[in-house]
Amino acid sequence: MKYLKNLLGWVDERFPLIETWEFHLSKYYAPKNFNFWYFFGSLALLVLVIQIVSGIFLTMSYKPDALIAFASVEYIMRDVQSGWLIRYIHSTGASMFFIVVYLHMFRGMIYGSYRKPRELLWIIGVVIYLALMAEAFMGYLLPWGQMSFWGAQVIVNLFSSVPFVGNELSVLIRGDFVISDATLNRFFALHVIAIPLLLAGIVFVHLVALHAVGSNNPDGIEIKKKKDANGIPLDGIPFFPYVVLKDIVAVVLFLIVFCAIVFFAPDMGGYFIEANNFVPANPMQTPAHIAPVWYFTPYYAILRAVPPLFGSQFPGVIAMGVAAVAVLFLPWLDRGPVKSIRYRGTLYKGFLASFVISFIGLGYLGLMPATPTYTVISQVLSVVYFAFFILMPWYTKIDKCKPEPDRVTSK
Amino acid sequence: MTDNVDRSKRRLLLAATSAAGGVAAAGMATPFVLSFMPSERAKAAGAPVEVDISGIEPGTMKVVEWQGKPVWVVRRTQEMIDLLAKHDGELTDPACNVPQQPDYCNNPNRSIKPEVFVVIGICTHLGCSPSYRPEVAPVDLGANWAGGWFCPCHGSRFDLSARVYKGSPAPTNLIVPPHQYLSETVLLIGDDKQKGAA
Repeated sequence: MKYLKNLLGWVDERFPLIETWEFHLSKYYAPKNFNFWYFFGSLALLVLVIQIVSGIFLTMSYKPDALIAFASVEYIMRDVQSGWLIRYIHSTGASMFFIVVYLHMFRGMIYGSYRKPRELLWIIGVVIYLALMAEAFMGYLLPWGQMSFWGAQVIVNLFSSVPFVGNELSVLIRGDFVISDATLNRFFALHVIAIPLLLAGIVFVHLVALHAVGSNNPDGIEIKKKKDANGIPLDGIPFFPYVVLKDIVAVVLFLIVFCAIVFFAPDMGGYFIEANNFVPANPMQTPAHIAPVWYFTPYYAILRAVPPLFGSQFPGVIAMGVAAVAVLFLPWLDRGPVKSIRYRGTLYKGFLASFVISFIGLGYLGLMPATPTYTVISQVLSVVYFAFFILMPWYTKIDKCKPEPDRVTSK
Repeated sequence: MTDNVDRSKRRLLLAATSAAGGVAAAGMATPFVLSFMPSERAKAAGAPVEVDISGIEPGTMKVVEWQGKPVWVVRRTQEMIDLLAKHDGELTDPACNVPQQPDYCNNPNRSIKPEVFVVIGICTHLGCSPSYRPEVAPVDLGANWAGGWFCPCHGSRFDLSARVYKGSPAPTNLIVPPHQYLSETVLLIGDDKQKGAA
């Protein structure tokens, strides 16, 4: 023990170890009224680690070559010892990442975590979300199945609808005039090194920004406004050990669900791994029904809902892009006097509910074939989706809010 | 100390250094961006392909690969050709004014010979390959369906000359590739310049 203390002293003179530990963990004061919504940040970090570890091991057996990529995935599934398990952990992790991140973002929305002084923290979070979408999209090409191929074909072609430079842009992304070996190889490089590196960096920055401004809480009030004689927030508790212990409970519950999926329903009825992706990529034939993986379908439904204007698909692509980054503007769209949904009026709650319905509804329609009826419903839901953002400055301002409490409330 | 600083000289040096650094960074980025472009091998691929069309039964279609894309060769029946003229009002561009075909195919049937139709099977919307649905008025496509292609991805509809119906997400008709007959039964797809020589 004495030697350990000496070693710690030796290190601490050369690296701010104790200072870092205290600043980020043992003396980082989190509000004491955290509820279950606050699990998802930690869980997102856990899934990131799961994806990186399982991904490293998959890379050891996978071959990024259009001729043998599909076979190498089958090799992982059949011949590599425990390869099936590692692959299913990685594919389940992809979907779970989005579930956790969507819930984490929704938490930020309902408790106003994007409001001042957390605007930059929120923006960094949105960048993480966008990077995650790119990561997931490129990863989905790698098994080189039918959905991999045609999904990539459709998404890369979105860029070719950009006026004037579209065609050159899509060629630049593919590295070829069609989705080919060149595309597969570069997506592999981006998926295993470029974007993970970027993700790790911005997740770090996200945490630094969080620890600078402090966590929000379900009451949406600043705990830093009421401090004791030592300058410690009266309603704060040290992140370590209190919040960490609470998070461990969430981790256990999360892993139970995670393992249940990995072992009993790894393809989740075709939603986590689509049935057509068990067929090798065939550039000559599109499967009879194609849809993106579930986490992209709300935006995909918006894309399909917009008819071509002036002989160009670009307006739909713009609508889809704006839908994906719309949350970025929340800090400046929200004019409400309170942050948390607990003290908001019925007007905001109504708009939020319609937003949730439109997001889930669009997600469902994005999985379905495009029939005229579904297209009309998609158009209505797209309008509802955008109305939530466009009308926000108006309805949050005139909404009848309740007074915020002085101190956080908890049962 | 600070009183003796020549600030304008310092600003000039700072600007000059930044500009030089910027030029160097742009120079360094060039090879990396260039490596993202199609390789010489990718550019060289895409030679014309020969197709034997003698085995295609009337009303059926053959798929051949050209430049990594599916090219459809359809032998249309006389009934199919007769139906083509009857729905001009429902099409986005019935007269094919948008140059999606070589000049020698800019005719009512979009083909050299009326019965043999050649087209690139890639939807002009987002690049899926539409499904061949030659039957008239099937249950899932409705009573007005006169035969053609239906894109499974986003529901674009095309007639048997691959002209797009109004209301489809695809903005234009499908592209007819350059092609020529080498003989009665052999087509060359991807080249229409050297008649007789392949």
